[in-house]
Amino acid sequence: MTEWFNSLADTFYRCFIEDSRWKWMLEGLGNTMIITVFALMIGIILGIIVAAVRSTYDMNGAAMKKKGGPAYIFLRIGNFICNLFLTVIRGTPVVVQLMIMYFIILINVTNGVLVAIIAFGINSGAYVAEIFRSGIMSIDEGQIEAGRSLGFNYIQTMIFIIIPQAVKVVLPTLFNELIVLIKETSVAGYVGVMDLTKAGDKIRGRTFEAFMPLFAVAAVYLVIVIILTRILRIIEKRLRKSERR
Amino acid sequence: MNDALIQVRDLKKYYDNGRIKALDGVDIDIRKGEVVVIIGPSGCGKSTFLKSLNLLEMPTEGKIIFEGVDINDSSVNVNIHRQKMGMVFQHFNLFPHKTVLGNITLAPTKLKGISKEKGRERAMELLRMVHLEDKADAYPAQLSGGQKQRIAIARALAMDPDVMLFDEPTSALDPEMVGEVLDIMKELARGGMTMIVVTHEMGFAKEVGSRVIFFDGGQIREENTPQEFFAHPKDPRLQDFLSKVLI
Ligand SMILES: Nc1ncnc2c1ncn2[C@@H]1O[C@H](COP(=O)(O)OP(=O)(O)OP(=O)(O)O)[C@@H](O)[C@H]1O
Ligand SMILES: [Mg+2]
Repeated sequence: MTEWFNSLADTFYRCFIEDSRWKWMLEGLGNTMIITVFALMIGIILGIIVAAVRSTYDMNGAAMKKKGGPAYIFLRIGNFICNLFLTVIRGTPVVVQLMIMYFIILINVTNGVLVAIIAFGINSGAYVAEIFRSGIMSIDEGQIEAGRSLGFNYIQTMIFIIIPQAVKVVLPTLFNELIVLIKETSVAGYVGVMDLTKAGDKIRGRTFEAFMPLFAVAAVYLVIVIILTRILRIIEKRLRKSERR
Repeated sequence: MNDALIQVRDLKKYYDNGRIKALDGVDIDIRKGEVVVIIGPSGCGKSTFLKSLNLLEMPTEGKIIFEGVDINDSSVNVNIHRQKMGMVFQHFNLFPHKTVLGNITLAPTKLKGISKEKGRERAMELLRMVHLEDKADAYPAQLSGGQKQRIAIARALAMDPDVMLFDEPTSALDPEMVGEVLDIMKELARGGMTMIVVTHEMGFAKEVGSRVIFFDGGQIREENTPQEFFAHPKDPRLQDFLSKVLI
């Protein structure tokens, strides 16, 4: 029993204490967090733009077509580009997108974390766009009619009436995207980024111990996800309360 | 002819590339202060007609001359004209994220640059008119259907419109709440407001209607004073319709 415990302690020492290998884990965790947070920010900005173009086209396309002019042509081209973007991004694996970004498109950028932020940001933008769009679409059409009948233009109706309601619908799903993204960034090692997963893998390579570092990595992800899920439940509860009001 | 507030000329609205003719050539003049009541069977184009008047539905063809301007012309900024056309919907469409006061003051403060205090004062005036001054800080979810509709009327009135469009304002209400909404509308009518009202409330039509119009198949089939309209309907389909509606 003590022998088993001693060997466990020894493995632990070699995996995390020796050469300060725990610092790798910490650095990896830090990179995972940085990539996730900044990628989500890019994703939200991109998502807003794409969702705005697509919803505008869906809701105003017919009316604008009648009026004609360059605005409609721009909108139509924009809508086409957005659809193409969504199809390509959602139709290919994120690892492949990451590698294409690192080895082809951004070949001159040596900072892997930056490349990962951009790649995951673009990827997440496609999903966030659809989250926003479905949020906007979930609002009763009568709300738009009410806004427009009072004299608000389309954009004012969106800003004052639709988006404040859509945000409530969207918040839990958006938060869920954060949880998904944290786990997805675990493939960042493919482009030489030392994220949490890569750190565990590096320890495995040095120590020839697979069990301890990999389970440690899994445990860290799990704890983060559990905490975030808790927060998500609290958000959902608050929103439900404000609905009942 | 020249005192017409709204002149509708050959208004058409087709769906599905012309397979559905929701409006099939409507001509009508609406004078200032008139209360025009529209009745007709389900799907005959009553809602489409009202929504075309403020271009919530884009007409396929035709003119809508409102205060001398053809608002169906593509060069016109329709948002300006919509401010002068209040609309009340069957399902109220109050803004759920705003209080009653917020619902009423949103458009005047954002669109007319009216100050918060002025907007509030006017809103309280309107709330007194619809007998709901105690609900100023309530949210729509806390109101009954009848109360919601009265707030919706107040919200539309807050823009000081020149005409009010009502699309079956009492159809979604429990019977005991219909009266309170109709009372507000009658008061409004007596106050001289120009109103176009789609409704099945024949009592309302008889009491305050200046004209009653029968819609069928996207066209105006009959048009008369309430007395004549109900006493001597000419169109056979109107006779049939009235025999079903007036029990
Ligand atoms: N967006 C649409 N697309 C296709 N057809 C439509 C659309 N909106 C309305 N219609 C059709 O146009 C016709 C007129 O509809 P409208 O809603 O104006 O009728 P209504 O007289 O208001 O009926 P109700 O009494 O049921 O409210 C109907 O046949 C309807 O099915
Ligand atoms: Mg209708």
